Amino acid sequence: MSEMKKIKNLKEFSTSADRFEGANLLCPGCAHSIIVREVLNATNDDLVLSASTGCLEVCTAVYPYTSWDASWIHIGFENGSTAVAGAEAMHKALKRKGRLKQPERNPKFISFAGDGASYDIGFQWISGCMERGHNMMHVVLDNEVYANTGGQRSSSTPIGSSTTTAPAGRVSYGEKKNKKDMVSIMASHGIPYAAQVAPNKWKDMVKKIQHGMAVEGPVFINAVSPCTTEWKFDPKDTMLLTDLATDSLVFPLYEIIDGHELNITYRPKNVIPVEEYLAAQGRFKHLFKDEYKHLIKEWQERVDANWEYLNRREEARV
Amino acid sequence: MAFDKMELRDIEVWDGNFAAAQAMRQCQIDVVSAYPITPSTPIVEGYAKFLADNYVEGEFVMVESEHAAMSGCIGAAAAGGRVATATSSQGFALMVETLYQASGMRLPIVLNVVNRALAAPLNVNGDHSDMYLGRDCGWIQLDAYCPQDAYDLNFIAFKVAEDHDVRLPCMVHQDGFMTSHTAQGVHTLDDDTAYSFVGDFKPMNDMLDFEHPVTHGVQTEEDWHFEHKARQHHDLMTKVMPKIQAAFDAFEKLSGRKYNIVEKYDMDDADVAVVCMGTSVETAREVATEMREKGIKAGVVGLRVVRPFPFFEIQEALKDVKAIAALDRSSPNGAPGMLFNEIAGALFNTDTKALLSGYIYGLGGRDLTKRHLTDLYTELQANADAGKVLTPLQQFIGVRGPKLQFL
Repeated sequence: MSEMKKIKNLKEFSTSADRFEGANLLCPGCAHSIIVREVLNATNDDLVLSASTGCLEVCTAVYPYTSWDASWIHIGFENGSTAVAGAEAMHKALKRKGRLKQPERNPKFISFAGDGASYDIGFQWISGCMERGHNMMHVVLDNEVYANTGGQRSSSTPIGSSTTTAPAGRVSYGEKKNKKDMVSIMASHGIPYAAQVAPNKWKDMVKKIQHGMAVEGPVFINAVSPCTTEWKFDPKDTMLLTDLATDSLVFPLYEIIDGHELNITYRPKNVIPVEEYLAAQGRFKHLFKDEYKHLIKEWQERVDANWEYLNRREEARV
Repeated sequence: MAFDKMELRDIEVWDGNFAAAQAMRQCQIDVVSAYPITPSTPIVEGYAKFLADNYVEGEFVMVESEHAAMSGCIGAAAAGGRVATATSSQGFALMVETLYQASGMRLPIVLNVVNRALAAPLNVNGDHSDMYLGRDCGWIQLDAYCPQDAYDLNFIAFKVAEDHDVRLPCMVHQDGFMTSHTAQGVHTLDDDTAYSFVGDFKPMNDMLDFEHPVTHGVQTEEDWHFEHKARQHHDLMTKVMPKIQAAFDAFEKLSGRKYNIVEKYDMDDADVAVVCMGTSVETAREVATEMREKGIKAGVVGLRVVRPFPFFEIQEALKDVKAIAALDRSSPNGAPGMLFNEIAGALFNTDTKALLSGYIYGLGGRDLTKRHLTDLYTELQANADAGKVLTPLQQFIGVRGPKLQFL
């Protein structure tokens, strides 16, 4: 595609269905489709895409229909990243052999996967892809839960969240462990680019996606994806929830270049208390009982500490 | 072309692994995505060295597990090019999920499987446990008995798998260590002749054709899943054998080497027959000849194609014999051996009066000796003379301790 790349405006973003149709089976209010559209709209280049088994996959490629007007593949829950890596290797091989059908095209290789397919079962495959240096981008649609199978905890599920396999109950406040720091782990592979993005901060996101597509080598993107069914909020409030996530600094937006150079890319003018983020979601409802209120305080302390850590790393340039 | 041709002698001394690697080189694989496992490792090592020495042009993706190896192969094959890899045993077991995906997506990948036992107990030596684990995966499965076969069948595998009427992945089996690490004289094809047999890869629904975007690996439920699976099974059962036969014929014309879907040896007038696979076929042939000198009309049926199962060819080969032994180099826990079951299934509803008994042998690399087979043929002859199976239907050959048998 020869036309100049440009960043689409918000209206164009919201209506563009160039490669990913609005016709899909995702829940009303699901952030997945918003994120996918923002990623795909960030480039005019041809695309080779994969989706791991999960909400995005089962809702967009139900035979005999497809929501994708781009090369797309699904294999299994864990190996979407490696499928894209294989396609990227084939592109390299055929390019060298002069056998590409459209040699002038410059495709981008992107794998989409949920947090279960990235943080847990697909972890090894993604780590392998990052370590081997494939020219590809892995995008996590991070809704902090196994949403497609009905709400089981993943290693991205934050502490205090009530899930079907870590339910809040008479003697339990739900998930006991804290969310895995996947961006740091992936950045530690020494990859050229890793970042956290959020669909509400779409300009920040487009910049990061374009940066990621411009570099040579593997890129890891972690996108917060509010889930109406498992986070338990009104479908019209997806962007509100995303605002709360980024503005409370629960989900800080930053990037790590070459595995060490950390830049914070969004500093909320008014940082809101974590309590507001938690209060907006049914999965944290039980935390507001008297016996669990200390957990909300701990939540705030943890988020503050992480923000300080990110700021210090940015300052120290390490 | 940018890579160098390799000058081969008419006969090279190669083991089965290197023979397979040479065939992969001559087919000019575009992408190999692999993870090493004994005893198949030298196949992908061979490809890596050919790449390092510029005897092949492609991409070698050294992944972090066998599951990822086949995942990479699937992505690469869907992108549109010639793809192959190799594995054994536990690696094969780890791959199984993706093997179903490769065949369900109709991707022409070639997998060299150097057969080996499955743990526990851990064992690196040859038996057919992994081959049997793969028999429901929807792949074509060809069986090599020696390094020459391992070389030749790779060309057949690409030819059949990549045929647009077939579009199913294909495994080439060889026995761990017994074939893979035993060097023999291998008649070679020169590079140009070999490549011209398989021809250029012709992509279909490839992801790198951006004018025609494709969706691979869709979701189906009860509304469509059955149709897809039934069609795949039907195609495997009806389209593949004629293509394999055509490829065998074409290969014979090219090389003078003849392969058959079922390899019959001294079967024209045989009273007793052994059905087996892999290296055992050659041993059984030698013993059958010796038995004939002793007045026992012995024959051997070797399976060349394991999947699709050569139903009619087996019926034809065994129609006149009196007693049959099915030799299984695997122990399918809780049932008689696979070959026993499948031969019984093939012969049922035919006019045969043949007596069938099953033998499990050679697990974990245990030798099958000529003495074992001499005893076995003698036992078969006794069954034939008595008109009934005198021993239990299912026995183990050469296990220490109390005799193990059932049924």
